[in-house]
Amino acid sequence: MIELAGDLAAWFADPARWTGTAGIPNRMLEHVVLSGLAVLVAAGIAVPAGLLIGHTNRGALLAVSVANIGRAVPSLALLIVFVSVLGLGFRNALVVLVLLAIPPILTNTYAGMRGVDRDVVEAGSGMGMAPATLLWRVELPLAVPAIVAGARTAAVQVVATATLAALVGGGGLGRYIVDGFAVRDEARLLGGAVLVALLALATERAMTLLERRLTSPGLGLATTGARPARG
Amino acid sequence: MDEFLARNGAMLADGLARHLLLTGIAVGVGLALSLALALVAWRRRRLIPLVTGTTGLLYTIPSLALFAFLVPFTGLTLLTAEIGLVSYTLLILVRNILAGLDAVPADVREAADGMGHTGVQRLLRVDLPLALPLALAGVRIATVTTVGLVTVTALIGEGGLGQVMLRAFNLQNWGLVYASVGLMVALAVALDLAILGLGRALTPWTRAGGRS
Repeated sequence: MIELAGDLAAWFADPARWTGTAGIPNRMLEHVVLSGLAVLVAAGIAVPAGLLIGHTNRGALLAVSVANIGRAVPSLALLIVFVSVLGLGFRNALVVLVLLAIPPILTNTYAGMRGVDRDVVEAGSGMGMAPATLLWRVELPLAVPAIVAGARTAAVQVVATATLAALVGGGGLGRYIVDGFAVRDEARLLGGAVLVALLALATERAMTLLERRLTSPGLGLATTGARPARG
Repeated sequence: MDEFLARNGAMLADGLARHLLLTGIAVGVGLALSLALALVAWRRRRLIPLVTGTTGLLYTIPSLALFAFLVPFTGLTLLTAEIGLVSYTLLILVRNILAGLDAVPADVREAADGMGHTGVQRLLRVDLPLALPLALAGVRIATVTTVGLVTVTALIGEGGLGQVMLRAFNLQNWGLVYASVGLMVALAVALDLAILGLGRALTPWTRAGGRS
């Protein structure tokens, strides 16, 4: 145990660990870029779709089905199956992570829109707001906490699954763990695990802060949203 | 097709059985632990933030990292796989059991007390049965999630169908990859429906009036 802690400290202290392609800064950057891009693209698809479904109240069944299917397909299986379509590498990992991030954001956006008090919406249209204004000025601000909670769930899940992407040539911090397993190097294995765990916890923390920042002051601090699948 | 099954059928069946076993142990142990944690937290509400905070922390740690943490201590074993799998069921189950217990109407609880139930009797005959629908909703989510996570344990020598999938992937045997993934999804859906059916059978009162 003490020996292992020493090995781990030596692994982090090695100057070679902090430069080059296989260095921690580069692997961290790969991981963050892949995850961040995936969540942004997924939000770009899922938020408008969820707003539309919530606003028109059409296609709700589709939203629920997408969420359920998303949960039943294991993320590692998705990463591997898509290799047959997109090959090994960054592009495959990105597409799969986007697919995984869509369901939580879509369902939370839809649920957030559904949760908007009908009286408030009626008051808005009684004041003469056009449907687009109503969506933008009334429904969206009220749904934001739920939407960001969905994005938080998605982001934590994506950071976790991006670790698995190392198996299919996606780079990132998962490389330390996958390689550590392959060559039975416990220091590398633990070092990778520490970095990945810290990144996941930091992501969760950052998204929680973002949620508070974006919540309209009038709403107080209502915490919303369930945490569905993980990878 | 016949030839494919003749060559891979036994491996797929073994993988499926192992996958089911790994999932069953994880959800079973997870449920027992969660019930204990939820009941303690329900009695002493001050403990709720501690319990949900700790299980939430475990839930946030990526699965591959958690397995990597454990391997130097417990090795490439079934125990390592199950520690990881069980710890991911806890947050969902504890939360849903607590939500179920909190949803028991105060009137019903008072009526039970008025009828002379002791604390334990009320728990077993009133509180837990009424908490069942929400608790089982948690079991469904935990089960489907676990079926997916079992796949990841292929990296530490377990994995059930995940092991079959990774081996097939390394041999570029795509037919076998698709077959194993198809079985994983089928297993998740089948277990989900089975628990849904079990829940309906156990809670006939939820269908008496409206829907729930």
